[in-house]
Amino acid sequence: MTATLERGLNALREQIDAPVAAFFSSCVSCGICAEACIFYRETHDPKFTPIRKLDLMRRLWRNEYTLFGRLANMVGLGRRITDDDLSAWEELVYDSCTMCGRCTMACPVGNDITMMIRKMREGMSAAGHGPVELIGAAQRHSDGSSPMGDLRKALRARVKHASQETGIDIEFDKQGADYLAIFSAQEIAEFPDVIAAMARIFKKAGVTWTVSEDAYEATNVGVQIGNRDIARLLVGRIVDTAEKLGVKGVISPECGHAYQALRWEGPNLIGRPYTFEVVHIIELLDRLRAQGKLKTTGKDTTRLTFHDPCQINRRGGIDREPRNLLNMVADDFIETDDAGTMNWCCSGGGGVGPNERANAVQSKAFNMKKRQFEKVAPDKIVTMCAFCHHTLEAQLDDNNMDIEVQGLTELMAEYLDDETWERGPER
Amino acid sequence: MNNPYFDLLMWARGPAFNIALFIFVAGIALRVVEIVALGRKRDLAPAKGNPVAQGLKTIFTRSVPRKGLVAYAPITYIGGYIFHMGFFVAFFLFGPHIAFIDGLIGVSWPNLSRVIIESAVALSVLALFALLYARMADPVRRALTTFDDCLVWLLSLLPMVTGYVAVNKLFGDPTLMLALHILSVELLMIAFPFTKLMHAVTFVMARYYNGAIQGRKGAQS
Repeated sequence: MTATLERGLNALREQIDAPVAAFFSSCVSCGICAEACIFYRETHDPKFTPIRKLDLMRRLWRNEYTLFGRLANMVGLGRRITDDDLSAWEELVYDSCTMCGRCTMACPVGNDITMMIRKMREGMSAAGHGPVELIGAAQRHSDGSSPMGDLRKALRARVKHASQETGIDIEFDKQGADYLAIFSAQEIAEFPDVIAAMARIFKKAGVTWTVSEDAYEATNVGVQIGNRDIARLLVGRIVDTAEKLGVKGVISPECGHAYQALRWEGPNLIGRPYTFEVVHIIELLDRLRAQGKLKTTGKDTTRLTFHDPCQINRRGGIDREPRNLLNMVADDFIETDDAGTMNWCCSGGGGVGPNERANAVQSKAFNMKKRQFEKVAPDKIVTMCAFCHHTLEAQLDDNNMDIEVQGLTELMAEYLDDETWERGPER
Repeated sequence: MNNPYFDLLMWARGPAFNIALFIFVAGIALRVVEIVALGRKRDLAPAKGNPVAQGLKTIFTRSVPRKGLVAYAPITYIGGYIFHMGFFVAFFLFGPHIAFIDGLIGVSWPNLSRVIIESAVALSVLALFALLYARMADPVRRALTTFDDCLVWLLSLLPMVTGYVAVNKLFGDPTLMLALHILSVELLMIAFPFTKLMHAVTFVMARYYNGAIQGRKGAQS
């Protein structure tokens, strides 16, 4: 056995806990998880059955954590996991799973298959397996400040532009601000209007906020590739900066896995609770709405639908908040089938999007969303994750579908009741 | 003249049952300890919802399929419901079974009529064959099928078939058929802790964990 394989198996062993054992003990191989999986449903290839993607992890658990398995192992009947096995499973664990969590919701015995895929990736990654794009992004982010390279200059430029556009001063490293705002690299690179949108909404609501070059990147490729050490390093940068600045909270941006990483995995990665609150931008906007601090005027009259990012709704519990906000500004809001908790993935999450090897299967998977959008025929799709936004735009373009995609924060800012704003939309 | 199968029946009801019961109880205890002993790290992220309440709730709510999924796996869902309900009715609500349990632990409850029990058994057996068909005909289920699945299918079928034959004296010596019925149940008990039959216990844990993990985040489960 090679050293890297042994390291991978050790990392996998560390992931096996009581829930994992309960899940494997409960599986009746009914195959219902396949019916909930976008990759199986759009390809009908049984190899994409979610629970099968965990065969290796199940083998390790049975061999080493059950009496029968240990006895079988002792007499040489336990099948060992090889490096070739891990190579073969890359397609299943990385290329054809966005960790969207639908299988977890469908499993009749309650197995959290998605959580186990996340754990499986820890073993794969430690054994040196994973998409080269994610490995490269992890390296760039660990060594620098973002998976897209050093975006500090770009951030400065975007913030300066937003300040000029809005006439609102956005201060870097402001001690004692209410919130530290962090962004997804996708927002800085592709959707920077969100900065001006936040500036206007927060100014109106009386919320103070700041930005820092030391921790501006919210995405966490460590969580996607399955490497706790990298994930811890990246979360640690945000935690250190937030605590140094003494902010009350950190605003998790419109990014699905960033919210998972910072809000739910982060304290467990660094081994202690934070001294500040983590709030998703849409949670915060809905809170401001409830407090009467976010008021809008006028409505978007286009036919508009909403795409729920899996990590924010299904895996993150933010379901009602975006709808509360949409109902303030949307005149013709229509939900797609399965909207909300059981929404279908955009097809690019969980590291599938950047993974070129997965392009073909991802395109097939997108057909689910395509049909859903065709059915409701929206003029605009609103979402609350920059990577979903990016994926939807790219896939819509590939499918020659002329539908606008917009982030919810930007939409709210468009209709902000703000008499000082001169560049508002025509009403 | 003594029935030649009487000794077999007495052995099945006596020593064999005791052995099976011991393996059943000790095996389940071992498996549960194997699971629980692995532990679970305390979650340090502040909870948004109530993990315990949602975990407990999910134990029950997960019995209802997600909207739309039944249409994609009708045999698995409907066959699964019929089999489980039929098995439960036959096992717990048949008079002689209740009398047996009463003799064992001194607890009894009202029974159902034989017509209902036999209908439940017949439906359960039909459901088992439908589930076997789905397992063989559907590529997803066929690919998931292991020796364990086939063994458990057979072990679930045998008590119902032998019980039906014994009660209705359809063929064979009634004493022999009763002994075979009891032995088939004992095989099921022995296999229980070491096969996927164990899901009948661990599904409670799995559903609880699922609900608690989701509930902590304020997410649905």
